[in-house]
Amino acid sequence: MANKFLIYVEQRDGNIKKSSFEALKKGSELAKLLNAKIEAVVIGNEIGNLEDIGGYGVNKVTHLKNAELTNYSVSAYSELFIKFAEEINADLILLANTLMGKDIAPALAVKLNCGLVVDCTELEVNNVNIIATKPVYAGKALTLVETNTPKSIFTLRPNVFTAGKSSAMKAEVIVQNIDTVNLSNNVTKVVKTEGKLDVSEADIIVSGGRGLKAAENFGMIEELAAQLGAATGASRAAVDAGWRPHSDQVGQTGKTVSPNLYIAVAISGAIQHLAGMQSSKFIVAINKDKDAPIFGVADYGIAGDAFEVIPALIEELKK
Amino acid sequence: MKIVVCVNHVPDTATRVNISTNQKTIDSNGVTYVVNPYDEFAIEEALKTKEAVGGEVVAISLGNETNKETLRKVLAMGVDSAVLLKTEEAMDSLSVAKALAQEIKIQNTELVFMGKQSVDYDNAIMGQYVAAILDFNIVAAATNFNLSGNKIIAEREIEGGKETIETSIPAVITAQKGLNEPRYASLKGIMAAKKKVIEEKEIIISGNFVNVIEMKKPPQKAAGKIVGVDASAVPELVRLLKEEAKVI
Repeated sequence: MANKFLIYVEQRDGNIKKSSFEALKKGSELAKLLNAKIEAVVIGNEIGNLEDIGGYGVNKVTHLKNAELTNYSVSAYSELFIKFAEEINADLILLANTLMGKDIAPALAVKLNCGLVVDCTELEVNNVNIIATKPVYAGKALTLVETNTPKSIFTLRPNVFTAGKSSAMKAEVIVQNIDTVNLSNNVTKVVKTEGKLDVSEADIIVSGGRGLKAAENFGMIEELAAQLGAATGASRAAVDAGWRPHSDQVGQTGKTVSPNLYIAVAISGAIQHLAGMQSSKFIVAINKDKDAPIFGVADYGIAGDAFEVIPALIEELKK
Repeated sequence: MKIVVCVNHVPDTATRVNISTNQKTIDSNGVTYVVNPYDEFAIEEALKTKEAVGGEVVAISLGNETNKETLRKVLAMGVDSAVLLKTEEAMDSLSVAKALAQEIKIQNTELVFMGKQSVDYDNAIMGQYVAAILDFNIVAAATNFNLSGNKIIAEREIEGGKETIETSIPAVITAQKGLNEPRYASLKGIMAAKKKVIEEKEIIISGNFVNVIEMKKPPQKAAGKIVGVDASAVPELVRLLKEEAKVI
């Protein structure tokens, strides 16, 4: 049974990730159920609004700080994270299942020689054990998993757990200045895709598929996405045709997503695509072919021509 | 330089998954198995690296007798030799990582490639595990890789951007789609693969760290509403999204 929870808070550019707030909230709920202590750790240089973590039920956060930690480095961050988890003797550790989470959680699991379950979509307390739900085969099946070790690590799929702020409580922020940083793995450059939301983090996604026929027709997809504050996604067919970058691909060899709203435009719904998006909370399908498999998972559909429906939808949303 | 590439034998992504009667794994009846798609990028990068700096490429796969199909395909692409770490037991990923790491040590290599994720369990942490066990550097989900001497310059996609990473061997690199264009096996390659050696080693499990209690199908979504067949349905769709679903 877990006595000491540790939540890893991820920051990029000094801003805390939404998925970390989700982990904080879930962690504080579980800690309460198990009557366990909980605290958080964040690694970086200048980080804004750390005390706000208190609003998510965690009232102590340690900031491991050094100017050389401004950019993420797997070697530096893993080393510090492991050292901290060992120092406080944490026995249940939660992280967001982001690229960073997937880098440093396994390093900690190796050091603690403990069970790690990644990409969880639910964590439940059963007596004193935590049972995780972990999708496999891109969501075509679900597993219920538990760890067999005294210490456990879980990473949470972004956008599945709700972060909803619980109070105006402020957390105690403890700054620990770090002397030396291991930069054997050094990120020398970070290029942001300007003004572009990543599909794995977006609340709304508008995706286009083969039925759009050409790269330039994604203009209306981008326009609809901008209107909704959404990210743009794509089916594998659209990526393989070279119309969209791979980072936009949703599906089994792309990203698995769970937004509040997923709008599939001119996507027929190959099994690999459905696997990657069917856990979205609401799905809208727009496709000429009324028999397309995408309608089987859609909450709302328009069985019509995307080239007529999408411009009309953009106009309607502007009203 | 000796380069290791780890490969997995997985159900084709077009597979419709059925749960086996033990309710812990999928039913493999009628399932077509293929080389894990991300591993193909890893193999290509290993072969390209060998072509640039010389040496040999050894493939390692963990699983049962059927993994040999994947190893033959990999040998046909140009990999020099292969090792099958043979087990019938279901293992969790940390146990698999320990077995792979042990073999990588025996191979005495400083550069390991593998796919960024296996499309069966989708954990996407095997490379990170192996690197941590061996105390190698890691670049996970690389979309670009350059080796010059001991120095590695790699790129990877992160959420909403791209990172450039400088590190050095010994290293584990996991391959993301976009890293390269995997080659096809030539007829000559397929013939040559038949003569190449697949060394088999029985392995003993060091202990399972996680336990699958149950595998099940996700809840089926009830088919939704077709709001209309043309642009005239748009106002009703927007109304539903605002008032019923409350998502916009």
